[in-house]
Amino acid sequence: MEKILVGLKRVVDYNVRVRVKGDGSGVETEGVKMSINPFDEIALEEALRIKERGEASEVIVVSIGSGDAQQQLRTGLAMGADRAILVETATALDPLSNARAFLEIVKRENPELVILGKQAIDNDNAQTGQMLAALWGRPQATFASKLEFSGDSVRVTREVDAGLDVIEVDLPAVVTADLRLNEPRYVKLPDIMKAKKKPLDQVPVAELSLPESPAIAETAFEPPAARERGIMVDDVAGLVGALKDKGLL
Amino acid sequence: MAKVLLIAEHDGTSLNPNTGKCIACASSIAGAEIDVAVFAEFAGDIAAQAAELESVSRVLKSENAAYRGGLAAILAPQIVAMAGDYDYVLGPSTTFGKDIMPRVAALLGVNQVSDVMSVEGERTFKRPIYAGSAVVTVEAPAGVTVVGTIRTASYRAVGTGNSAAVESVDLSADVPDHTRYVGSETGKSDRPDLQSAARVVAGGRALGSEENFDLIFKLADKLEAGVGASRAAVDAGYVPNEMQVGQTGRIIAPDLYIAIGISGAIQHVTGIKDAGTIVAINKDEEAPIFEIADIGLVGDLFNVVPELTEALD
Repeated sequence: MEKILVGLKRVVDYNVRVRVKGDGSGVETEGVKMSINPFDEIALEEALRIKERGEASEVIVVSIGSGDAQQQLRTGLAMGADRAILVETATALDPLSNARAFLEIVKRENPELVILGKQAIDNDNAQTGQMLAALWGRPQATFASKLEFSGDSVRVTREVDAGLDVIEVDLPAVVTADLRLNEPRYVKLPDIMKAKKKPLDQVPVAELSLPESPAIAETAFEPPAARERGIMVDDVAGLVGALKDKGLL
Repeated sequence: MAKVLLIAEHDGTSLNPNTGKCIACASSIAGAEIDVAVFAEFAGDIAAQAAELESVSRVLKSENAAYRGGLAAILAPQIVAMAGDYDYVLGPSTTFGKDIMPRVAALLGVNQVSDVMSVEGERTFKRPIYAGSAVVTVEAPAGVTVVGTIRTASYRAVGTGNSAAVESVDLSADVPDHTRYVGSETGKSDRPDLQSAARVVAGGRALGSEENFDLIFKLADKLEAGVGASRAAVDAGYVPNEMQVGQTGRIIAPDLYIAIGISGAIQHVTGIKDAGTIVAINKDEEAPIFEIADIGLVGDLFNVVPELTEALD
């Protein structure tokens, strides 16, 4: 394989407890820690391992977002990606537009494999990978937990509700990474220094001439309905009694 | 009138019980006329089960050996070929629906409304974001097909007793050969299925090992319950991923959920907050799980769980 493209999305860090703004206009993202979407980190780790096994020559990380996403791309370069592309957009794109933008980069780079995270932990949409595969007219292997390459195809083990599915797809293809695909490496300080010298291309989204998208409007935000704190029992007998009271035993 | 096409999930022989929940969601769309699509190698029995569900107008079945394994790359073009006259194309927000529906949406040139938890209007829905830390109201644009996945835990399945017409449909979309189904490894067990079980017992990292997870299985067997786990327990390798409950696993709504040694991170809680009764057993009295539990017991699970299992004799 010549090239693997990996998508990296800048998201609110996994450990941040997200709150809805008082006026319901959105969620509070001011001043919170931002990171690479965890599933995208797994996607990148897999691409790097494929390259390190000698099965690919180049790993390119791609982000679609504001100029700040350069931070996440630099982290990706420090992990070991060879170069980075930032599709720069002041306002966040909808999933279909993200897939269309990604497709334009795919057309420029002609990768044999694109690996994305199975979902981003901010909007939890889980759409972009499947949409990219559809628009590209290529196979998709979502929720991947294992990849085995042979010739021009890859056998993918997928995490599904009933257990595991195994499918075989011809390259080029889109894979979306699930949790157990691998454990991403930690970035070392010298690699962060080295990453500063690696190429990072910025492409204004306007340059891609994306068609207008039927975006879904977000009209109001609210906190989830809260569950009331219930009762505490002292011991197993108390628990069994409480369950019986509720008619559950 | 709002024409709805619902894509049925099945395992090749039986209709998935989430179909009834999806129909409950679809029937909350004003004026909904609901057709259920069954794509299978042998669709007869599955279509017959779908036809029994209340509120279903028609069941459309399409049979092809290539549908085995429910591959998105193969099914999506067929669904698009069927979608022509429909205002809504919906599926369950399970790994099946999450795989296929965005591909359908892209082929139709629209975005998808993921994880619908309520229908607020003709094109207005509520859905959770940030692991359920927020609920957003979204509005699909006018004039395009609404493609959506349904958060089945938000709905109670419709009843049976209907006898909707079943029709065979011939579709002409190409079947690509670039994607091939190889096989499945399903963790078949005699336990109730986690997704549809009325009772679920779940364990967290505090179990400490794969062997210790046996405590959870024994209690579950006594309660005839399904078994779940937190992401931390899956990450630690105690149990397989299909048991994961939460943002990146299953979203479930059993009548009784017993969380054992689970701290209750928001990513886990989002998967259970529609449960009827939540019981928490944890030795840390500060654990956030107690803030949402209906019944809490502070104690060492290695004492409490065997004692509880015995008490249920």
